Amino acid sequence: MRIKAQVAMVMNLDKCIGCHTCSVTCKNTWTNRPGTEYMWFNNVETRPGPGYPKRWEDTNRFKGGWVYKNGKLSLRAGGPITKLANIFYNPNMPSLNDYYEPWTYDYQHLINSPKKENLPVARPKSMITGKYIDKPEWGPNWDDDLAGGSEIVPLDPNVEKLQEHIAMEYEKAFMMYLPRICEHCLNPSCVASCPSGAIYKRDEDGIVLVDKESCRGWRFCMNGCPYHKVYYNWNTHKAEKCNFCYPRTEAGLPTICSETCVGRIRYIGVILYDADRVKEAASVENPKDLYESQLSVFLDPFDPEVIEEAKKAGINEEWIKAAQDSPVYKMAIKWKIALPLHPEYRTMPMVWYVPPLSPIMNHIVNEDELSTDGYIPAVDQMRIPMEYLASILTADDTEVIRNVLLKLTAMRVHMRAKTVGGIDELKQSQLLKEAGLTVEMTEDMARLLAVSKYNERFVIPTGRREMDDDLYYEQGACSIEELAPPEGMVTYPFERGK
Amino acid sequence: MADIFWWIIFPYITLVIMIVGVLYRYAFQQLTWAAPSTEFFEKKWLRIGSPLFHYGIVFAFIGHVMGVVIPKSFYTTLGISFELYHTGAIIGGGFAGLMVVVGLIILLIRKMTVDRVRIHATFADFYTVIALLIVAGLGAYMTIIYNTTVVEYEYRATIGPWFRSLFIFQPKYQLMAGVPLLFKIHIICAFGLFASIPFTRLIHFYSLPVKYLSRAPQQYRSRSHFKRRRI
Repeated sequence: MRIKAQVAMVMNLDKCIGCHTCSVTCKNTWTNRPGTEYMWFNNVETRPGPGYPKRWEDTNRFKGGWVYKNGKLSLRAGGPITKLANIFYNPNMPSLNDYYEPWTYDYQHLINSPKKENLPVARPKSMITGKYIDKPEWGPNWDDDLAGGSEIVPLDPNVEKLQEHIAMEYEKAFMMYLPRICEHCLNPSCVASCPSGAIYKRDEDGIVLVDKESCRGWRFCMNGCPYHKVYYNWNTHKAEKCNFCYPRTEAGLPTICSETCVGRIRYIGVILYDADRVKEAASVENPKDLYESQLSVFLDPFDPEVIEEAKKAGINEEWIKAAQDSPVYKMAIKWKIALPLHPEYRTMPMVWYVPPLSPIMNHIVNEDELSTDGYIPAVDQMRIPMEYLASILTADDTEVIRNVLLKLTAMRVHMRAKTVGGIDELKQSQLLKEAGLTVEMTEDMARLLAVSKYNERFVIPTGRREMDDDLYYEQGACSIEELAPPEGMVTYPFERGK
Repeated sequence: MADIFWWIIFPYITLVIMIVGVLYRYAFQQLTWAAPSTEFFEKKWLRIGSPLFHYGIVFAFIGHVMGVVIPKSFYTTLGISFELYHTGAIIGGGFAGLMVVVGLIILLIRKMTVDRVRIHATFADFYTVIALLIVAGLGAYMTIIYNTTVVEYEYRATIGPWFRSLFIFQPKYQLMAGVPLLFKIHIICAFGLFASIPFTRLIHFYSLPVKYLSRAPQQYRSRSHFKRRRI
């Protein structure tokens, strides 16, 4: 057993209102420099839709993630030899057009324009070439809230898979929001794709980072990551990605996207896992088994044996306590209401999603008297097709989605019975049983999902600085490492990373 | 005097600039060290131009090792005759030279005509491509045309020994006196190009990631690396 701690996130899609506040604060914090204009470490996609970059889920084109072939786990885009052969031209890499050409507006013209008959306008101006763009044709969230409708929606690779035709009539259309950040995977394919070995997973908290001093700009990470969350800065020629706001999480604060989330949909917590079992768990034959096999990698933070092993691995009391109180542990492992995004990529993603409930298609009559038997089919008639959610969250396994939706519905019915009343108690308890819930669990769930406070949603222990650094030696030294190495501790490039 | 300058002083100056410059950049300018690809901006032309040029130059490099670094005596002991060697050199070298030149021309046109690429290209980028084009163009011309129409020049008797003598610090500059002018220009331009490596995108030539082949797919690193040196 090789225990490692992972800082992970859950997003409750049921509460996402698609306001993009997370994207905006993230952008203002991390990607407002030349070369990064097109990057969104956090973005919110309207689904169904092609997403960002366009059709990122099209693994046939971009060849991201892993495949399990002939009993072996390998990169879809090919291993080291294929990569070195393609190093002069990467056929699978997306280009700027797959994201969008960022632009600003010629605001100066509003001020400098001579007096004219018509009002001056600020024309869009490319931030790549500085030239005017007469007709922008794609941009960030161009397809927000199903804009583009029947022309844009079919571009969604998940829609292509759906058996039934998606109706775009107003009465039948469905929509959901999908906020996305780097998944900080347990089996990251960007790390394995990097010829320079510049991308790494941090021992202490599992955050996946790019060492920009080692990065040589080979760009295999761009398409090696199936979620397309590693970007190429065309100005510095280095890779950049979401860093889980590590300067904040090290200080015990949530990431900026979580901190500013208006709907309070995000939860951050610690999960303990067995790093020795990751490869094996990612190598199960049937993609539908990947969800369960990922769960099997996680360790129970209450198990005395695990606690002892964790201590041996240098994980301190504070982190073990955080793992026990972790909202992510509760939602993903204990209650099984949060699911990983596209488990079939075999990267073991660590940003989990509670699938959204949606209006029930057929009008339910006499809801007051609705029995358990009435709610169970209702779950199957929700507006967002279960196949669609399954295509995103469970490698097409609708049974798992159904169970989660049933749990969420049962929770609502129970809480309604408790606070408003008018629902048959016996039938209500039958519904809970059907969903595999106890009353205590249901009420805990309702609290965490609906009214939990800041310190319940974000259980983040501070960085384990005391573990490895020689604090005695460092006292009085400059804390801004790298920029100014502490006195007497000159490091040379060949020593870095050791 | 001119011979001493061009075949002793100039090569050493340029090589010293290259070595010191590369080491300096490795030690202090890691953040600027990359293969500054523009594939993100334009893929269609790069798809043809870049592999043509890069693979061409790899073959050309191997060809130069075979012709200039490996002594002639090595071939004679193997029993490879003058004719056989030169036929091979003209076909192989000509092919590599053509690949390099055609690739470079495509890349240069792309650099000049594609807005996104041109606007972000620096003086050093244009200098690199044009200088490479001159060196490779001369090389390809000598291999394909000069060698077949004027004379099959036996550089293994003059340029080869002179080049090797540079590395044992006993440069035999007299050997270069009778070398045809075209070859001389090719060599001088090439050494000029070597000197520019630390200051241009050519720096990525030194970062071929061979370690990738043998390393573990997953990389873990500890945050802390300011550890006290163990004594």
